[in-house]
Amino acid sequence: MAYRASWLNARVLLVNALAFSGGFSIMSLELLGGRILAPWFGGSIYVWGSIITVFMLALSVGYLIGGRLSLRAPTLGKFGGILATGAVILYPTVHLAEPAMVWVFERIEDPRYGSLVASLILFVAPTVVLGAISPYSVRLLVRQREESGKVAGTLYFVSTLGSALGTLATSFYFVLWFEIDTIVTGLAGLLLALGAVAIAVGVNEEARS
Amino acid sequence: MRCRHVALAAALLSAVPAASAVEVLHRERSLYQTILITEDRNRICMQFSVREHQRNQSCFNPRHPKRMVFTYTRMMMSALLIEPEPANVLIAGLGGGTLPTALHDLLPEARIDTVEIDPAVVAAAREFFDFSTSDRLAVHVRDARVFVKRAAADPVRYDLVMLDAFGGDYIPEHLMTREFLDEVRAIMTDGGVLAANTFATSRLYDHESETYRAAFGMFFNLRMRQSNNRVILARNGPLPPKAELRANAAAWRDRLKPYDVPIRQFPARLSLATDWDMTRRPLTDQYAPANLLRGD
Repeated sequence: MAYRASWLNARVLLVNALAFSGGFSIMSLELLGGRILAPWFGGSIYVWGSIITVFMLALSVGYLIGGRLSLRAPTLGKFGGILATGAVILYPTVHLAEPAMVWVFERIEDPRYGSLVASLILFVAPTVVLGAISPYSVRLLVRQREESGKVAGTLYFVSTLGSALGTLATSFYFVLWFEIDTIVTGLAGLLLALGAVAIAVGVNEEARS
Repeated sequence: MRCRHVALAAALLSAVPAASAVEVLHRERSLYQTILITEDRNRICMQFSVREHQRNQSCFNPRHPKRMVFTYTRMMMSALLIEPEPANVLIAGLGGGTLPTALHDLLPEARIDTVEIDPAVVAAAREFFDFSTSDRLAVHVRDARVFVKRAAADPVRYDLVMLDAFGGDYIPEHLMTREFLDEVRAIMTDGGVLAANTFATSRLYDHESETYRAAFGMFFNLRMRQSNNRVILARNGPLPPKAELRANAAAWRDRLKPYDVPIRQFPARLSLATDWDMTRRPLTDQYAPANLLRGD
């Protein structure tokens, strides 16, 4: 029994760690988005407007998708797969950003719509995937209907705390220590590593049962 | 018209020796900053920061509207030592419009493009600083980086570029990178000059100096005792010898007198010394923590 309890705790911890990292990465990326777009579309308020709009839209779609995915025999391994997919989609941003922004800059004169389209191209896909983490993690940890609100509340707490720390760490320290591409690569690496751990644990879990 | 009233009020006030109080004419939270227009006995000032009283402002004296009130504004005119008769001028950052107005009057043939991100600053300059545009003086309400990037596609090349965009507490970091300076250089004529009103203190001084050196090679640093700022003079081409600077100073001296610009003092103060830590990394679009570096 004691063994089982600690195993369960480890599983809960892992899901929380993944939710935390998802929140962390989303806000770190959002903050860097302003930096990535500024050389092409400036630092005007509407550039931030574009970025925030795109992140919110992508997250809302991600929540929907994550909820749907959680209906189909949810496992920790599949959950890890979501993070790994996020990492794989996020990383190419490093190489795609420049040519994508050149393409948009040459076609759209108005920096409002230019920054909006560039944000859509660069940030929608990874943010949709990262948005799927939250609802999926709720499904993994809810055992009974009565505790569903508590589990969801805890996970929102953890992932939003991750968002807060991702914002702080990026704006206070990361930009001082690293180049933007290095930070994005680091985020992708973090998501991939945690995703891989979840996949490994998930496979192990399935083998046990 | 408002300026007439203000000028009249200032004249009346100046007749009363005791009237030294600063009056706030206008306070506005724009999209980008807090703009404060104040008036004291003999000048009207635009401030972008309420905290740092002396630094972030543009002032003018309604009774002597040509006079440049601040040392750093005068220092920016040192660009004329390298390019004495610019035909096309680009100024990033409007403030009260002191520099564009002066160059418009001093260079009757020149075409001047001014870029200002904040429409509220343009409105305040028009209302309180007698700033006006003409067929030779345009204001573009845009981010300077975007303007410069777009200008690369136009045939216009500038022989004088002035960067005066670091007014408030926050430095627009994308205007202090190697890539930005490369883009500016690409819209300059051969031999064109860039004058940047910028910082003389903190770790940022080292990083910024390295950034300019990476983009332009050697450049002149102009510092004056009366100012905490420095002006960087960089050229798209080799820097001229001091004799040429002195000759241009002599040629400009009389015309600049009404502006209070001590142009003859400048040649001796233009320094080529690398008085910064050259091991610091240049700022780039990838690495541009200018505001954090300034805090240290």
